[in-house]
Amino acid sequence: MDTVTALIVAFISIVLIKNLVLTKFLGICPYLGVSGRIDMAFGMGLAVTFVITLSGTLTWMIDHWILMGTPLEVTRYVCFILVIAGAVQLVEMYVRKFFPSLYDSFGIFLPLITTNCAILGLCLFINLWGIDNLLEAVVLSFGGGIGFTIAICIMAGIREDLNLADVPRSLKGAPITLITAGLLTLAFMGFAGMVK
Amino acid sequence: MTNEVSTRSGTYRETFAGGLWRENPVFRLLLGMCPTLAVTAAVKPALTMGCSVIFVLLCSNIVVSLMRNSLKPHLRILMFALTIATFVTICDLFLKAFQPRMSETLGPYVPLIIVNCIIICRAEACASKNTVFVSIIDALGMGLGFTAALCVLAGVRELLATGAVYEIPVLALKEAGGWFVPWSAMAMPVGAFITLGLLLAVVNAVTKRKA
Repeated sequence: MDTVTALIVAFISIVLIKNLVLTKFLGICPYLGVSGRIDMAFGMGLAVTFVITLSGTLTWMIDHWILMGTPLEVTRYVCFILVIAGAVQLVEMYVRKFFPSLYDSFGIFLPLITTNCAILGLCLFINLWGIDNLLEAVVLSFGGGIGFTIAICIMAGIREDLNLADVPRSLKGAPITLITAGLLTLAFMGFAGMVK
Repeated sequence: MTNEVSTRSGTYRETFAGGLWRENPVFRLLLGMCPTLAVTAAVKPALTMGCSVIFVLLCSNIVVSLMRNSLKPHLRILMFALTIATFVTICDLFLKAFQPRMSETLGPYVPLIIVNCIIICRAEACASKNTVFVSIIDALGMGLGFTAALCVLAGVRELLATGAVYEIPVLALKEAGGWFVPWSAMAMPVGAFITLGLLLAVVNAVTKRKA
């Protein structure tokens, strides 16, 4: 029972309290770029969730079962980026084969998931926090993806309304998006007391 | 990825200056936002980050430019990422050995240089199409522009959060009998987003007036 509770707590904490986008500043580029329309944002969130779960799990396995304790540890970053690029390639091939219309609407953004900092960032954080349990690593990676999806969807919703707002000229575009994101992090800080 | 090569506009000096202001990675191209927001709570980590990025950008630009003729199109991005990852590892090990405390402060944001869009973007837009010399100039300009932007942002945030810049006290703190009450929100994510948003607005306003 304890492990289940621990896993639920880990999941909630990575989704809300340690949200990758809003507290760790990871994945800001697609956050600013794609979050214009809510359906695009949701699709992007799902793709990232899939890649992040896959690569988080794989990098944990590689890190713990192959690299750790050997001189090969130096090559950790190179291995991580290879795994991520491979996972993205897999998703791209799968989507192109089975969902061609979705593939067309994503365009360039799909291969660019490789350079999404949220994915490499999460793999590095799992390594940094010293997670030594495969199940926990899987839950954390999945939660990281869900947290990204939530953040990017909230932002897309706000931006759809922002289009109609009367924003000062020099604040239009990125500046007002960043300020909105700042206020959003303030709201997410309220979750900080939930898990000790 | 943008396809604009700054060398198209002519001299080396323009390539260099382009990275500093006209195509400043942070303020104009909005690239490399993650480290920009994450490490700018104080000037010192921001400066370290800037130097690391200059080093990685310079080395990867040189290597990519040297192998540009033998690159296969579909493996291009992967080759860039591997080259960059190698130099980031060097940089990370160097920081761990000689600046252990700074390395701890920066944490995973040093390895995250691998996926910093600036470096891949420069490899793609400049180094894979130009000679080594042009790539070096481009890397220096872009790197310095990035570092400068980081330091400006970090300076504002550190000043408002602690009343000091580069750990040198500037404003008289309330606890020490002065007037300034530190604004702790500035050291948190909120401060990062809002300060950068306002700085971008200022840059927008200035460039619009000039045009």
